[in-house]
Amino acid sequence: MIALLLRDLRLSVRSGGGFGLGLAFFLLVTILVPLGVGPESALHARIAAGILWIGALLACLLSLDRIFALDHEDGSLDLLVTAPMPLEGIVAVKALAHWLVTGLPLTLAAPLLGVLLNLPVHGYPWLFVSLLVGTPALSVIGTFGAALIVGLKRGGLLLSLLVLPLYVPTLIYGAEAAQRGADGLPALVPLALLAAISAGSAALLPFASAQALRINLR
Amino acid sequence: MMPELGKYAGAVLGAYGLSLLLIAGLVGLSVWQAVRMHARLRDVEERGKE
Amino acid sequence: MQVSGRFLPWVAGLAALCLVVGLIWGFFLTPDDYRQGATVKIIFLHVPSALVAINGWMVMLVASLIWLIRRHHVSALVAKAAAPVGITMTVIALMTGAIWGQPMWGTWWAWDPRLTSFLILFMFYLGYIALWQAIEDPDTAADLTSVLCMVGSVFAILSRYAVLFWNQGLHQGASLSMDKQQHMSDTYWYPLVLCMAGFMLLFLALVLLRTRTEVRRRRLQALILRERMA
Repeated sequence: MIALLLRDLRLSVRSGGGFGLGLAFFLLVTILVPLGVGPESALHARIAAGILWIGALLACLLSLDRIFALDHEDGSLDLLVTAPMPLEGIVAVKALAHWLVTGLPLTLAAPLLGVLLNLPVHGYPWLFVSLLVGTPALSVIGTFGAALIVGLKRGGLLLSLLVLPLYVPTLIYGAEAAQRGADGLPALVPLALLAAISAGSAALLPFASAQALRINLR
Repeated sequence: MMPELGKYAGAVLGAYGLSLLLIAGLVGLSVWQAVRMHARLRDVEERGKE
Repeated sequence: MQVSGRFLPWVAGLAALCLVVGLIWGFFLTPDDYRQGATVKIIFLHVPSALVAINGWMVMLVASLIWLIRRHHVSALVAKAAAPVGITMTVIALMTGAIWGQPMWGTWWAWDPRLTSFLILFMFYLGYIALWQAIEDPDTAADLTSVLCMVGSVFAILSRYAVLFWNQGLHQGASLSMDKQQHMSDTYWYPLVLCMAGFMLLFLALVLLRTRTEVRRRRLQALILRERMA
């Protein structure tokens, strides 16, 4: 399992894909939003937490189809399915690898981008923690979506159509926690609910993803 | 026969009109698809018998 | 097929009867509400369509479960047939709600929990239908959409609570609970029940019809395949 994790990490860093691309996309979204809504910094301060959450979510979405696509193309996915390891574990490791190369960098970058959007000072820890807690859910749910469409050519658009509704609760609690933190309100409740969603989907969704993979590779 | 709808006539008629249109469209589409599929299936079945 | 063929005209006829009587009763023979004026008549479309939209998803969930557990082919086709009907009902509920909200709340759309939940339900229907369309092999499509339907149901419920947490909203609470007499007078209640029955029967009739179409489509594909093999 650890070997698989290391292999996935090496591959994603070496092929130069998800890693830099997601971050660059996140940066671009954050730059584009002020261009779209106008230069008032008071407005930016109010919407910063939500914008950063949506940016992170979209950047995460962008890299989802890579989770299984490359392995499916060169046939190594078929080998993994027949490997003497539970497929659920493989899927979970894949999701973890995706989080390490996408979710974690996004989380680390978000406070820096918060400066661009004039995020209030006390919002930074909440933004960071909410993304740290919430992005694993994005990766796990995304892995499920990627497992559903693994056999399809050009599944990218379909993938977003499938995954975005599933992202709704995560986004609501995550953005709410960050927003309340930025407004100086108590934000522990949404954060706890966000953590519950992350933990719940990390525990249960790999089973559904593995099932979807088995169906697709039948 | 037409009831007095007052200033909300547009809203009420619009809601009824749009909904009935959508339902009619759905029913029409379903019936059309059903008829077409029936006909195609019959064609192929006839061909199979010959 | 034979059973559904015998039932279909009756269900369709009954649906049409309930709908015509209920809607005419609701539209022509109910008085205006003292606060809402004539817009109260929209309830005869809004509430039944919303009801069917939610129950349509339930039907899909149950049909998906039966398919996954018992591998009953018709069950998968029922789920496939129900989705377009459900999404149409969702659209009707959303649009009549917007038209009703405009004079009552002064806005077409508000990010109220119920409205937002329905929009999310719409997104779930959209993703489900898109997945059916995208996969060619019928059994794979049935399996994958069933898995999606189950996971989607869990997330739809989560979204419902998340949305409630997010905003407390304008929409009135359920006006149709068991203690409905307190909320609504009988003048509106009887035609509304008739309309709800009509929408349910309409849903049933459409799902039966569409499932028959899907069964025939399967048979057609099988026959064509056999011809090619021969």
